[in-house]
Amino acid sequence: GLPEYIKIVEVGPRDGLQNEKVIVPTDTKIELINQLSKTGLPAIEVTSFVSSKWVPQMADHKEVMRGIERYPGVQYPVLTPNLQGFHSAVSIAAGATEVSVFGAASESFSKMNINCSIEESIERFEEVTKSARNMNIPVRGYVSCALGCPYEGNVVPDKVAEISKRLYSMGCYEISLGDTIGVGTPGSMKKMLEAVMKEIPLSALAVHCHDTYGQALANILTAIQMGVAVVDSSVAGLGGCPYAKGATGNVATEDVIYMLNGLGINTGVNLCAVMEAGNFICTALNKKTNSKVAQASFNFSFCRL
Amino acid sequence: QNEKNVVPTAVKVNLINMLSETGLQVIEATSFVSPKWVPQMADHTEVLQGINKLPGISYPVLTPNLKGFQAAVAAGAKEVSIFGAASELFTRKNINCSIEESLERFEEVMKAAREANIPVRGYVSCVLGCPYEGKISAAKVAEVSKKMYSMGCYEISLGDTIGVGTPGSMRDMLAVVMKEVPVGALAVHCHDTYGQALANILVALQMGVSVVDASVAGLGGCPYAKGASGNVATEDLVYMLNGLGIHTGVDLQKLMDTGTFICNALNRKTNSKVSQASCRL
Repeated sequence: GLPEYIKIVEVGPRDGLQNEKVIVPTDTKIELINQLSKTGLPAIEVTSFVSSKWVPQMADHKEVMRGIERYPGVQYPVLTPNLQGFHSAVSIAAGATEVSVFGAASESFSKMNINCSIEESIERFEEVTKSARNMNIPVRGYVSCALGCPYEGNVVPDKVAEISKRLYSMGCYEISLGDTIGVGTPGSMKKMLEAVMKEIPLSALAVHCHDTYGQALANILTAIQMGVAVVDSSVAGLGGCPYAKGATGNVATEDVIYMLNGLGINTGVNLCAVMEAGNFICTALNKKTNSKVAQASFNFSFCRL
Repeated sequence: QNEKNVVPTAVKVNLINMLSETGLQVIEATSFVSPKWVPQMADHTEVLQGINKLPGISYPVLTPNLKGFQAAVAAGAKEVSIFGAASELFTRKNINCSIEESLERFEEVMKAAREANIPVRGYVSCVLGCPYEGKISAAKVAEVSKKMYSMGCYEISLGDTIGVGTPGSMRDMLAVVMKEVPVGALAVHCHDTYGQALANILVALQMGVSVVDASVAGLGGCPYAKGASGNVATEDLVYMLNGLGIHTGVDLQKLMDTGTFICNALNRKTNSKVSQASCRL
């Protein structure tokens, strides 16, 4: 049967905003995160401690971390690609209490994205997890290209399982499997999860689906039918796909919650509050929402019923 | 019928001809309804007579009553469809009568169709929710479906008219309907207004449904939610089915090309995500 409770990890403020054309001011980011904190979301990915030379959109990482209100019961993970980023994130100035590392199941993607081989990236992450362990800081591991790679095309499920196992063994408490270019379907999702589930306990797995080919909700449904109980999504579907011009990326949190509500699965998240946060950030970005629920609800006065 | 821009007859004919080359086996061509009510389909006779009718492909047309049926047959129709609903209020607002009265009208069509040896497909609207009544009971959907099946419809297409359904409500509704109508005679017609269509279709497939309605480029907005989308895009559906290893006989590239054609003609962007993404890859 389906899980009774699913944890939603909100990646809009980081993955979303990092992949939007328009860069928003620090105050807007802080306001967005504060609004999201009030929705019941248990985890909100705040920012990325990466050199501003590579990711200018996240250059204000320290200011954002200092500026947000930290709600009790809500996790505020940040990306830390290496030891330097980790130290910066956990410094008193920033005060991160959870971090994430990003691996990939494709050598080409690893080289093109972070300029090193998968093996080299694993070594870097090991430095992070070692320091994190000493400081009692949980680390989440991401595996990109779990269902396909923009350079290599097909990705073998066993490779995804291998990388996931390396990240889990080094101490990541959760592995988020990312369909980075959204090419996956319920067919490939099932095969990939079967391979990974041989190596990682189900309770440590999450799915991070992109909606570039409209398959995200069907893929998420497949994952939860197999027992996965952690789903990443982005408010208003923020974050386009950097590999397909004009195409969408992250699945919209509103649309995921609508589906889970309809399935009777508890998330603790208030859909209307998320829609309000989505409305806020889309106005600030001067763009239309990518959430179909938000688009439709505008007319139905959904939340006032 | 649910697009803002009305296209010329020649464009409709070309669209259907292009769809006929994709491997699709059924293409709903037009509607024999009074042009007073549905001006977009006023050219029904010209369209039906203008298209290339390829062997092995069915070109059903809507016939809401006996008059429409007779006009359709005169124009060469070989298959027709009738549209019922699981909601009293929706039936009243949509075709100005009760469910019972609509079924009586359909009975006339069924009788004539039987005599002319013409297969009839039945649609049931509002199976997962109604814009006026809100929640719709699965028992009501089963009741209307059973009546239409019993009067002779060879297939019942269950429509989530406003797209509010989720895999949960789809599963619950199908479980009840499948007690009254064999699954081999069932189809699903999902709208993507809330982004749930493919997930809903996946559940239907898991329960044994093997007929799915879809619209090239996701044509057809939702008349009940301004600016919102309606029909699920055929391209996105075929992409999913291909990924599941399910055979459809449809050539996705030819389908995308057809979508590009009609979107250009309508001067609008596609609603298909597969089409949007594939522009670059």
